[in-house]
Amino acid sequence: MNTLGLYTLFYKEVLRFGKVLLQTLIAPVITALLYLLVFAQVLEGRMEVFDGVSYTAFLVPGLMMMSVIQNAFANSSSSLIQSKVTGNLVFILLAPLSHLEFFLAFVLASVVRGLIVGLGVFAVAVFFVPIPFHSIGLLLLFGFLASAVLGTLGMIAGVWAEKFDQLAGFQNFIILPLSFLSGVFYSIHSLPDFWQVLSRFNPFFYMIDGFRYGFFGVSDVSPLFSLSVVGISLLILTGVTLLMLKAGYKLRD
Amino acid sequence: MSDAIAIADLNKRYGSVQALKDVSLSVQRGEFFGLLGPNGAGKSTLINIIGGLTRFDSGTVTVLGRNVVTDYRFTRRKIGVVPQEVVFDPFFSVREVLRIQSGYFGLGRASDAWIEELLHVLMLIDKADANMRSLSGGMKRRVMIAQALVHKPEVVVLDEPTAGVDVELRKSLWAFIRRLHDQGHTIVLTTHYLEEAEALCERIAILNHGELVALDSKRALLARGIGKTMRLCITTENPIGALPDALSQKVRRREGNRIELQLQKDSDSIIQVLDALRTHGAVITNFGVEEADLEDVFVELTHRSQA
Repeated sequence: MNTLGLYTLFYKEVLRFGKVLLQTLIAPVITALLYLLVFAQVLEGRMEVFDGVSYTAFLVPGLMMMSVIQNAFANSSSSLIQSKVTGNLVFILLAPLSHLEFFLAFVLASVVRGLIVGLGVFAVAVFFVPIPFHSIGLLLLFGFLASAVLGTLGMIAGVWAEKFDQLAGFQNFIILPLSFLSGVFYSIHSLPDFWQVLSRFNPFFYMIDGFRYGFFGVSDVSPLFSLSVVGISLLILTGVTLLMLKAGYKLRD
Repeated sequence: MSDAIAIADLNKRYGSVQALKDVSLSVQRGEFFGLLGPNGAGKSTLINIIGGLTRFDSGTVTVLGRNVVTDYRFTRRKIGVVPQEVVFDPFFSVREVLRIQSGYFGLGRASDAWIEELLHVLMLIDKADANMRSLSGGMKRRVMIAQALVHKPEVVVLDEPTAGVDVELRKSLWAFIRRLHDQGHTIVLTTHYLEEAEALCERIAILNHGELVALDSKRALLARGIGKTMRLCITTENPIGALPDALSQKVRRREGNRIELQLQKDSDSIIQVLDALRTHGAVITNFGVEEADLEDVFVELTHRSQA
């Protein structure tokens, strides 16, 4: 195992987003804050969520997880597509790094960015509404797994896409709708039956629902079931990504 | 002792294009080896395969006796590749780029001294903390060379390192590459500039349409041409119009009122050529005869393989 090589690639990926903090950390926190202000203002008291939980408090974990999801995906996918388009990916491909080390470095950097943005959203949100903690362990576990899933999905998209346009398509037609329709702004129990059933096929719903359980101890489905869905999603996507990397798909053609 | 690079029956196809066809060659340790060929000949594909950047369909490739696919960690540590295109990471400074590249190879802060030396030798020290985006094209190319050398590889592969650089930088790069070779590095150089290959390389392979059309020492390759061909350079008072068919096939280069013809020593007569031109209305003001160089050999071999 080339541990220092893995660490260096991870460090480089973290340093990369650290050099553009305004875009990678501050902007997503402000976006989440705007959602919080607008939706809380309009829907507080009008939307039925969990017993004893205000709508604004309910909204915070959803917005946190939505930011985690979008930023973890953006980190690995944009880094890969930029390196591919500009050609500097060659310097990583020439290095004695295995496909597993390559994978771990990119995904872990995505996890770091996802969690920092999530934490940033929380740090701002607590100024507006008190938020309880039910299980910090579960919060960290869901935060880690969700950002790892999206970091992995970002790798698949980044490896597959040959131009920015294709990546934007992946982001706008898959990631964005799935994250908006996952219960960020509502409990799925407030939806008609058809949409409730459909929501249960959206893996992002389980990330948000399990994460919300970590704060309130209440959720739409069992947190153990959500954990299983997110964990299995991560395993499947990891398998697909490792196969792509091992075969050199679109990287070493 | 195993060869620096050994390639046997290598094949690579991109869709319907056969990029490399049954290529076999070896580069000895400590050798200065040239890889020549026209655009699209397969030079970069071959180099990318040696560096592990491109998968291949069949054949074997070894670096210092170890397989580049199954033993890639070893081979990538032993080889330093300078890619042809000028590419860079716009997020980092020169020093950061080199430290990161060194880290990929498992080298930590212990390599800092070597990085500083590279920065000095490649005249990058003044720009060490400048962002890559602010560097000129020549500087970026020198950073790429430093990146390829950061892990002190035994074999250095340079894919057209002087393409598009000015004469002064080209000369300084030549001197640097020569120095690397003198220090014991095996050098593989692909180039479009035959003058470059002639000046630097000991042994030369010529690729054309993915096939190896020649592999010999520079001296032997030159002997092929020197013995058989010569170059007649003629200057006329006015630019020459259309040439007689027999002569137009021999034209090697034409520029204004100057024309270069490649003649066969044993069958072409200089007097007859000059007479034919005069009959055609040309007023010859000067002419000279030159021996063949690597370019003549290259043209002859690549044309022959196309026929």
